[in-house]
Amino acid sequence: MAETISLQVQRYRPEQEAEPTWQSYEVPLRRDWMVLDGLNHVKDELDGTLSYRWACRMGVCGSCGMMVNGKPVLTCATYLSALAPGPIKIEPLRGFPVVRDLVIDQSDFVEKLRSVKPWIVRDEDKPLAEGEYLQTPEELAEYKPYSMCINCLLCYAACPIYALEPGFVGPAAIALAQRYNLDSRDDGEADRLEILSRHDGIWACTFVGECSAVCPKGVDPAGAIQRYKVSAAAGWWRSVLMPWGTR
Amino acid sequence: MRPPREPFFWALFSAGGMLTALVLPAAALYLWVSRPLGWVAAPTHAALMAHVASPLVRVALFVLIALGLFHWAHRFRYTLYDGLQLSHLYGLIATICYGGATLLTVFAAWTLWRFP
Amino acid sequence: MNPDYRLHHPKWHRQRMPIFWWLGKLSFTKFITRELTCLAVAYAVLLLLAEIVIMAHSEGAHERFLRLLAAPPVLAFHLLVCAALVFHTVTWLNLAPKALVVRLGGRRLPDWAVVAGHYTLWLAASVAVVWLLRGIS
Repeated sequence: MAETISLQVQRYRPEQEAEPTWQSYEVPLRRDWMVLDGLNHVKDELDGTLSYRWACRMGVCGSCGMMVNGKPVLTCATYLSALAPGPIKIEPLRGFPVVRDLVIDQSDFVEKLRSVKPWIVRDEDKPLAEGEYLQTPEELAEYKPYSMCINCLLCYAACPIYALEPGFVGPAAIALAQRYNLDSRDDGEADRLEILSRHDGIWACTFVGECSAVCPKGVDPAGAIQRYKVSAAAGWWRSVLMPWGTR
Repeated sequence: MRPPREPFFWALFSAGGMLTALVLPAAALYLWVSRPLGWVAAPTHAALMAHVASPLVRVALFVLIALGLFHWAHRFRYTLYDGLQLSHLYGLIATICYGGATLLTVFAAWTLWRFP
Repeated sequence: MNPDYRLHHPKWHRQRMPIFWWLGKLSFTKFITRELTCLAVAYAVLLLLAEIVIMAHSEGAHERFLRLLAAPPVLAFHLLVCAALVFHTVTWLNLAPKALVVRLGGRRLPDWAVVAGHYTLWLAASVAVVWLLRGIS
């Protein structure tokens, strides 16, 4: 194995340049190092001005998503040696405005997530005295995959529609809406349907499927969206053919 | 600005996609490959006319043509938005696609109604 | 942060989507090809409609139509159309389990079972179509 590997990192310093530029760094090619370890080496030893996000370094926080050789990945979960001999191209996640270097602005996603009400919505809360809401393993299995989302935004970076359509709510937000819709304790399906069926919320999705291909947690947002389309279409037909019922 | 008619068109797209997926490959290979090549005997004109004239067949053909056209309309519309980045022509493209599909469906209905 | 301010923030770099983004990656190219099969679907149903109009017009016109179908360039084109239609079917059926969750007796059917069911349906439908067409004589 070679001693070092080259990281070609996209730099963007708005105070000194109008367009992004490239900068190369040689980092040690250690067998157990991830791309994130390479970036941390750059920051610690070579160039302290490099800006990027990371936290848990073990694939559960969703902070370290970046484009590595054109693919959106968690840099804490991608071995340097798997990309040898390199050079390795590192860019910020596609589809989001770049604040600086590898740091993107996530506020669009956060707003869209908030808009789908990602919490249990109840018609009526059970009084505390009645105890907890019970759920069978089958009921849990219904929504469990969708609950594994760590908001890493790799699916947004992979989705060409998100990059093209400003109104598209996006894979993770819809998957999280489904996580609650399919939760037996939740009564909020109609609320979310109203929000998501408006303004091209989900209908811009043309099932490219790249979101599910890049998800590090096996959430399968593409499947969530297709199932949502079916239930939204069924709901629409019901409201047209049987307008007397509100729920 | 975008009226909530997407579920309707998506439902047509979906039904059209399923129906055409199941039925068209076999029909196409039979009618437009096997028949001209003589691998199967071409039905006589009279027999074809008699079959198409039957009410059940007319309805079946209408459903196939209508759903196939609306499947195309919805899918092609989004392909133009995304593939050629023409979302700014949202209204025009929607009108051409769904309008075109509607006109051809009406023509198909009229043709099958007054057949022969 | 005020979202309106964010939209017009002057210094954030906005990456542009190239017009031929779907040529850059194999999965995207396969996706666009799959979407464009809708043109083959529209062509196929319109050709069916055309034959109905022509056969209603006259036997002679229908004869000419059948001869046209046999012309080599037309035949070659229709082979392409058939290939596109098969691609439409295969991609559609393979994605069926994503949209359709089937439950039998409280257990959820695995994806391969849903796909197998759809392919069986395709086989049955194709047999039915051929049988119906052969019955016209």
